[in-house]
Amino acid sequence: MNPVLSVSRLEKRFGAVVAADALTLDIPAGQKISLIGANGAGKTTFVNMVTGYLKPDSGTILLDGMDIGRRSPRSVARLGISRSFQIPQLFVELTAAENLTVAISGIGTRMSLRAPAEAQGRRDKAVELLQRFGLADLADRPISELAGGVRKLIDIAMALVRRPKLLLLDEPTSGVSAEEKFTTMDRVIHAVAPDAATIVFVEHDMEIVSRYADRVVAFYQGRILADGLPADVLNNLEVRRYVTGGVR
Amino acid sequence: MKKGLHPLVMIALVAMVTLAGRALPTWTLSLATIAASNALIALGIVVLARTGNVSFGQGLFFAAGGYGVALIANTWGLTDAVAQVIVGAACGGLLGLVIGPLIARYSGIFFGMLTLALSMVFYGALVKSTALGGSDGFNVGRPSLFGMSFTDPREADFMLYAVSVIVTGFAGIAATILFRSEFGLASLAVRENNLRVEYLGLSANRIISINFLIAAIFAGASGAFALMAQRHIDPQFAYWTTSGEFVFVAVLAGNQSVAAVFVASMALELVRSFSNLYLPNTWQLVLGVFLLGVILFLPRGIGSLWIRDRHRRRHISATPPLTAERGAAP
Repeated sequence: MNPVLSVSRLEKRFGAVVAADALTLDIPAGQKISLIGANGAGKTTFVNMVTGYLKPDSGTILLDGMDIGRRSPRSVARLGISRSFQIPQLFVELTAAENLTVAISGIGTRMSLRAPAEAQGRRDKAVELLQRFGLADLADRPISELAGGVRKLIDIAMALVRRPKLLLLDEPTSGVSAEEKFTTMDRVIHAVAPDAATIVFVEHDMEIVSRYADRVVAFYQGRILADGLPADVLNNLEVRRYVTGGVR
Repeated sequence: MKKGLHPLVMIALVAMVTLAGRALPTWTLSLATIAASNALIALGIVVLARTGNVSFGQGLFFAAGGYGVALIANTWGLTDAVAQVIVGAACGGLLGLVIGPLIARYSGIFFGMLTLALSMVFYGALVKSTALGGSDGFNVGRPSLFGMSFTDPREADFMLYAVSVIVTGFAGIAATILFRSEFGLASLAVRENNLRVEYLGLSANRIISINFLIAAIFAGASGAFALMAQRHIDPQFAYWTTSGEFVFVAVLAGNQSVAAVFVASMALELVRSFSNLYLPNTWQLVLGVFLLGVILFLPRGIGSLWIRDRHRRRHISATPPLTAERGAAP
């Protein structure tokens, strides 16, 4: 199967710090891949390069065979890669439905200067997306009044609007209590399933990783330390030493 | 988004205000004309402020509209008021079309200072241009309307009042529709987090450029009104204090309501006129106290008097975040 995303010898340095060191990775369609690694291992740099926020120093990023390495976040989003953020990036003065309406406005080639923002079609779609996350009753609440966990879900819902080929989730359960993390992740996986076949999620919680990922990629100092099935990667001696902290 | 007045109701209001001019004393007609003209350019500033950017140099487009109309009027004898407004708007718009995309990549205080710098460059060029009358400027003839000349000063004042109220009123209706549109919502999103807007596949620069263009068109038309009212133009149109005055109106109004821009502009003209009349040596002090009062008691502008309850949840500050960083790194 051709990979949706193919990354080859990707490099990125910030001064003396090597954030990506010849990263090579193929992501086939339909997989749920978890990126793990300690802080500063290069996971978010990888996500930022794939989504166009950072330009790699060298290497290629192919989306369905098209080089997207020098493209802007807007162009990458239009080509089919969406992301959510570790700290939700929402429009806090707008309501939940209005946030999604802005996202829906981005689908067309041009926005109307006349059509009301809350035209029924757009409003219905916004509420339907919120409904999937169990948040329809919060549609008219401003983001500034919503809790962090809810914001996180709305952030993911906005990334889903484009029905992306590849969805990147940056720590979808961070900030969620231990009791709620599985419920939250179940909700996310269930909600994104109709629109995003391929998911890459950055995660620190190994219980979440082992339960939801089909494949795990472990990062360490800008390199890929291990790549494979969750059980294999999580039991890898180097991963346990440098990432999960199980071996001293 | 809350629904406000229906556009047809707004059209009726514009018609009523226009007809009310028949009953107004002559001195208020010219006052209201200036207020409507200033409201038009301040409305443009409010449109732009919704993206988080404030232009301190709208005098550039104001002067471009005024000079464009004045030159065409004197060269080709174009005296029709409506045609002059269209020419003024076109001159401002053309300049906005060129400058907007270049300036849209800047934000906050840099954006404001760049607009100010451009207007002062234009001012300097005008002062040095002998062909345009240098610092003295030049005069233009009395405007006509659809082939009718107005020799009676009262009728001439009413004609100008009517045209300015109708044009500004329709600009207000257009701005209201724009604010309620998906583009208007996206403009607010740009102000809050332009990077997220880009990640959604929208172009923040394009959204800012379009709002900038609209503001430039309004400023150009406003310049045409100022020219018609004064029948004289000089580089002062582009001077930074002129631009500052329009920002003053926008700050007074806040950016929650289109109607507030008209109320603020009229209130400012009234305070200025009466303080000038009764306190000729200290009228600037009165004006300053008035502005301080509005900032202290209505920090979100005059519009918050009637928008507060309706949009309580949507806190939009009267002065947009001039120095706040747009967007946030992921």
